[in-house]
Amino acid sequence: MAERSLNAVPRPVLAMLVLTLAVQIFWGLRAPQPQANAQALPAVPSYETVAVASFAEIIPASQLLALYLQAFDNQPGISIPFRDLDYKAVTHWLERMLELDPKAQYPLLMATHLYAQVPDANKQRQMLDFAYRQFFAAPNQRWSWLAHAAIVAKHQLHDLPLALKYAQAIAKYATGTEVPHWAQQMPIFILEDMGETESAKILLGGLLANNTLTDSHEIIFLTERLNALETHFVENSSPPLRKQHF
Amino acid sequence: MSRAIFTIAYFTFLEAARARLTRLVLLVLLVAFAGSVFLQAIAIADSQRIQTAFLAAMLRPAGIFVLSLFIISSLSREFNEKGLELILSLDIPRASYVLGKLLGFMGIGLLLAAAIALLLFAFAPAGQVAMWSISLLCELWIMTALSLFCIFTFSQIMPAMSMVLGFYLLARSISAILLIGHTPLNADGVAQQFMVHAIDTIALLLPRLDAFTQTAWLVNSSGHWDQLGPIALQTLIYLALLVAGALFDLSRKNL
Repeated sequence: MAERSLNAVPRPVLAMLVLTLAVQIFWGLRAPQPQANAQALPAVPSYETVAVASFAEIIPASQLLALYLQAFDNQPGISIPFRDLDYKAVTHWLERMLELDPKAQYPLLMATHLYAQVPDANKQRQMLDFAYRQFFAAPNQRWSWLAHAAIVAKHQLHDLPLALKYAQAIAKYATGTEVPHWAQQMPIFILEDMGETESAKILLGGLLANNTLTDSHEIIFLTERLNALETHFVENSSPPLRKQHF
Repeated sequence: MSRAIFTIAYFTFLEAARARLTRLVLLVLLVAFAGSVFLQAIAIADSQRIQTAFLAAMLRPAGIFVLSLFIISSLSREFNEKGLELILSLDIPRASYVLGKLLGFMGIGLLLAAAIALLLFAFAPAGQVAMWSISLLCELWIMTALSLFCIFTFSQIMPAMSMVLGFYLLARSISAILLIGHTPLNADGVAQQFMVHAIDTIALLLPRLDAFTQTAWLVNSSGHWDQLGPIALQTLIYLALLVAGALFDLSRKNL
């Protein structure tokens, strides 16, 4: 069906179109912006509910859950978004996302980089514990989130034993070729910070001895580190031992 | 002109009766009711709330779907059978045809909303059902005008219906999309900024249907009559805009 030119449209119709469009835009501009309520995070729907509601498209459903949760606490008008949330409920949401899409990294990122940043040690620990528990399902894919959890435990919570627990889990279970050496070396530096220089020395010596390192700069750096540890160990040892050494 | 409008509206009404729309509506109500009874029977707690919420959540989009599909298929058939040409050959202005059709379909929307309301009166407080139904009527009228506009624009059932359903889903979810788009985590980046502005612009052109016909009114009795004011005004504005759009498109058609 061919169309007539614009001149065929009656002027009142054109005027009405322009006017109503302008009124609609004005109405839209004065409409209040939607606000999210951080207190009202509902319980996460069950796996079955999500599967049915998404017509078995569980991966996009998991992604939508992540975006929903993220949008829930990142709205204009909410000054401290995460602190007001029920972290037990947040954990359940994150667990459901991983259950729906086990390869997803987003829930772990949200846990360690968003929800673990609240100024509340208990809530931080809940998120770090979530990352720790989920790490074991796929250590070679999820080690980086646990590494971040170790850093948060060390620098924000000042809980070196917790950081060491996470670092040791990485060193023990994340053994794939895609896991960088620095991740394997984390326990050494944490032990050193804890004053456990003897343990750090043993770990570092073992790492250098088993020929897993290939980068010459890394080998030099770690060898210097081992020497420094040995020196430190001797200086802090009992006087007879120091005498023996020298 | 007004006589022609009412005549067209009357015959549109008659066509709905002949197309057995009433039977279809009754079937939809029956299926929704049966589903709600099933859920009520298996629910351990809150069974009345679950039944009411299910009915409301089902009947709202079902009503929109049935009415939109009826309007689009009815007008498409009229185009194919040259009914439009026949009517316009009787020296009836195009505006009368559009307004007559709109009025007829709005009448059908009114009956549809009333039928749904009658069912819901058995499950929720009368005042809240009345509010909910008026809001549903506003929503049905907006979708009526949109269906009319889309079939005049696209002339074919498939693109017109796709447009109507896409519009409805977007209008129902635009507030959530705005919230996600404005999250501070995404504030950086040119592409993100562009998307946020695009979403803002689209939101300006859409009615916020998520604020209409809320199930919470029925199950929590949380509706207030003053909430209907903005809904009615938005309906009026959008009806006028869509009628103008439909008139614009029909005026340009070379019949």
